[in-house]
Amino acid sequence: MLAEFDKAILNAVQGDFPLESRPFAVLAKQLHTDEATLIARLTELKQAGYLRRLGAYFDSDALGYKGMLIALCVSPDWFASVIEAINRYDGITHNYEREGEYNLWFTLQTASEFQQQKILAEIRCLPGVERMLELRSEKKYKVRVQFQLE
Amino acid sequence: MLEEKDQQIVRALADGIPFVPRPYAVLAEKAGMEEAEFLSRMKKLKEQGILRRVGAVLQHRRAGFAANALCVWMVSEERLDEVGAAVSREPSVSHCYSRETAPNWPYNFYAMIHAQSRETCEEIADRISAENDLGKRQTFYSVREWKKAAMRYFC
Repeated sequence: MLAEFDKAILNAVQGDFPLESRPFAVLAKQLHTDEATLIARLTELKQAGYLRRLGAYFDSDALGYKGMLIALCVSPDWFASVIEAINRYDGITHNYEREGEYNLWFTLQTASEFQQQKILAEIRCLPGVERMLELRSEKKYKVRVQFQLE
Repeated sequence: MLEEKDQQIVRALADGIPFVPRPYAVLAEKAGMEEAEFLSRMKKLKEQGILRRVGAVLQHRRAGFAANALCVWMVSEERLDEVGAAVSREPSVSHCYSRETAPNWPYNFYAMIHAQSRETCEEIADRISAENDLGKRQTFYSVREWKKAAMRYFC
């Protein structure tokens, strides 16, 4: 169970992390604690698996990358090997097994159309891949992976 | 295209922000510049919207959000922006996109819902459908996460 203080930390750190020389000191002040305590607790929360990552998130379109959601219908016998092959691509960052006819869903981001088509062709040929949906993104309405803890 | 120095910043940030008192000084060194320049460039990238957000991402399952549902609908082209804006206001929706359709796949509107339970996901999805007068929905619940990593750009 998370203590109130931990929830306050996790909520605060999901917001706008300060772009200042001593960002943890700035955040610590808001949380009525000190820099060293905040850094120590964040380190523990990360080790305990509550915090995935503290980082900078860029708009992939603005960086010139193209995004696609891909759904595969994979035969159960080949499931493990297909996952292994797919997870090797750096441009595939999220890969989820889901219920339904299409049982594997992942995103692909590439710097060029050529690279995208090359990877798709490789995946299409993997043994066990029966069908594939290529769902090119048109408009991004929201990307905000923040969770308010109460 | 992004200036070489800004690309250096994007690369330096690929492994996240370290938990040390002056994290940007550490990252600036990796990028081969002074902390002050690193920070002023990050601020500029943020103002331009190239940098969406600086902050933490939780391990949502661990934090109590066990269920995640990918919901898809068919929305007419002229209603997409209106519906996109409305669905984006939902706190439990993390991602909302319109996408091209595919053969035998008429769905063009996507929302990812996170909640404590499957029942709650279902309630939220039903409410979104009703409030926005959306038609048939398909919902795909996650069984297992096989990969979740941060994208490494310019690598």
